[in-house]
Amino acid sequence: MTRTRRIAGLTTAVLSVVAANACHKTPPQQPAPVQAASPPGPNADSIRRAQDEAARRAAEDAARRRAADSAAAAARAAAAAGSVRATLSAAVHFDYDQSELRADDRALLDAKVPILQANASVKIRVAGHTDERGSDEYNLALGQRRAATVKRYLVDHGIADARIETISYGEERPVAQGSDETAYAQNRRAEFEITAGAQTLRAP
Amino acid sequence: MTRSHLVRWLAAASIIAAGVPAAVRAQDTTFRGIFLGGNYDPLRDKVGIVVLPVAGAFGDSIRTIIQRDFDFSDRFAVIPVDSADPSALRAQGAASGVNYPLFTRLAAKAVVQITPVGNGLHVALHDVARAQVVNVGDFALPAAGLSRDWRMAVHRTSDEIERWVTGQRGIAATRIAYMRGQSIRIIDSDGAEEVTVPTEENGGSPAWNSAGTMLVYTTYGVSSSNVGSHVVLIDLSTGRSRTLVPPGRNTLYLTPIFSPDGNSVVYSREGENGSDLFAVGVGAGDAPRQLTAGRGTVNTNPTMSPDGRRVAFVSGRLGRPELYIMDADGTNLNVLTDYDFSEKNYRSDPDWSPDGRLVAYQERINDRFQIRTIPVRGGTPKQLTSDGENEQPSWAPDARHLVLTSTRSGARQLWVLDTESSRFRQLTKSAGSRLSSWSPRLAQP
Repeated sequence: MTRTRRIAGLTTAVLSVVAANACHKTPPQQPAPVQAASPPGPNADSIRRAQDEAARRAAEDAARRRAADSAAAAARAAAAAGSVRATLSAAVHFDYDQSELRADDRALLDAKVPILQANASVKIRVAGHTDERGSDEYNLALGQRRAATVKRYLVDHGIADARIETISYGEERPVAQGSDETAYAQNRRAEFEITAGAQTLRAP
Repeated sequence: MTRSHLVRWLAAASIIAAGVPAAVRAQDTTFRGIFLGGNYDPLRDKVGIVVLPVAGAFGDSIRTIIQRDFDFSDRFAVIPVDSADPSALRAQGAASGVNYPLFTRLAAKAVVQITPVGNGLHVALHDVARAQVVNVGDFALPAAGLSRDWRMAVHRTSDEIERWVTGQRGIAATRIAYMRGQSIRIIDSDGAEEVTVPTEENGGSPAWNSAGTMLVYTTYGVSSSNVGSHVVLIDLSTGRSRTLVPPGRNTLYLTPIFSPDGNSVVYSREGENGSDLFAVGVGAGDAPRQLTAGRGTVNTNPTMSPDGRRVAFVSGRLGRPELYIMDADGTNLNVLTDYDFSEKNYRSDPDWSPDGRLVAYQERINDRFQIRTIPVRGGTPKQLTSDGENEQPSWAPDARHLVLTSTRSGARQLWVLDTESSRFRQLTKSAGSRLSSWSPRLAQP
């Protein structure tokens, strides 16, 4: 379609809308009748249709407002839960060949404790990982030791033993590719998977 | 080296060269091993051997397999002879018999003559110097030519011929179990006949029993049906698996091995209260006995002396993974590899040699693992590798060859190393192969 034709088309559409509005503004010709459910006369049907349409639009608007309100509420809740989830899932990291917790990582675990206490149905699995250096089998053992250290810390801070599982993936599942200390440091970690109660997660 | 020394060296070299038969000298003009002290002379300590062409069905295959077995033994120099004109190989004027003067000129000490008989092979071993047959034997072969069992029977023939010549049985009739991806495989010692073992899900770290009839392995992690790590025995003749150590909550089992008598299994248990070695009888209902007190550090990778009385293993108890040695009941603990605090070494994956003298292991050197051996009774470790990264050594039953995981060709593959000549050969052709275990010599099934 050329540009002029498109403009012509738009103009026609605008004009017909204006004409329709003009019709609605025209007062009815009959003497004021007793308003009945079905007003008689040649324009009765169009009046009823207009009233129905207005009601329908109002209902639609209300529904839209309700939906928007509840979406906003859901988003607020999700953001809160997301932050709770992010805190609960935040990985802790380890020094090379070590399974002892670092001070900053103790703070990360401390932040998980109230969440676990406020969500009694939540269960987690702690997965220990290593960097790619080291023996395959020793790394599987080291990953298990890391997961066990994390679990022991949480249990010592009042979380029920039965709520925490541990597993080791050794060096099999790196999060960072590459063979440098940056990648190694990211890969020496314990990850937290929520295995039960993730849907109803709430802030403490 | 001074000039006079050099002259003396050259004189010595020419005397040696004069002693080398013409046929060999013609194709070998560099006198390998004479000028460079570090070079390995392929003929030194090796017996020159000829395998005569083999007649009959699969004759060429039999000859090829046996020649390759001799080559891979690193105890023979296989001398190729042209089979286009077999009559040249026979003694003058004799219908059968061997052309000893020809083989003397080829520097052959032994000639193997193989004749197909009813259900197998008749083998005659000729001593070239004495110009006579010194050994004969008959070897049964399964009817299915070129089958996996048939090939193993041919390997057994090679090993017996090697015993006739050198006094030591060969290692051709062996297999290597290993992991590739998430499955356990077995491959023949010559790299043929790779098969997948029907293990349970996530099976890993296979090890042989001393009869070569079973493997013990563990399952890693948690299976898709939520079954935790456990220790499994598999009977290779039936393919049937049996749980030896059942899953425990939050427990990972690693690195199981059979004791040399086959009556018990030593393994590592990574639980919530530590990582320790345990021993359990393979019979039903035996209670595991704890061998180490790791106190929160890793204790894994056990290997036993051939007499079953001692265990070497890895422990992180002093910070870095280090090799330790103790009695089989967990007493008399000592460090095997000297712990050097400043070097921050990482040593792991020990394997005790079948002759009891050495433990092979991996050590991080310049940021890469390399294979070393250390004498069990004390002495200096010897480094065997330097190219790429080399890990997870496992001894062949001859206590001379090792199978190991190496990146020397790029991806991780299994390689066989002759610890005497430093010759490497690639065993697997599929990337990602690792955690190998060399079988004992495999008897007739």
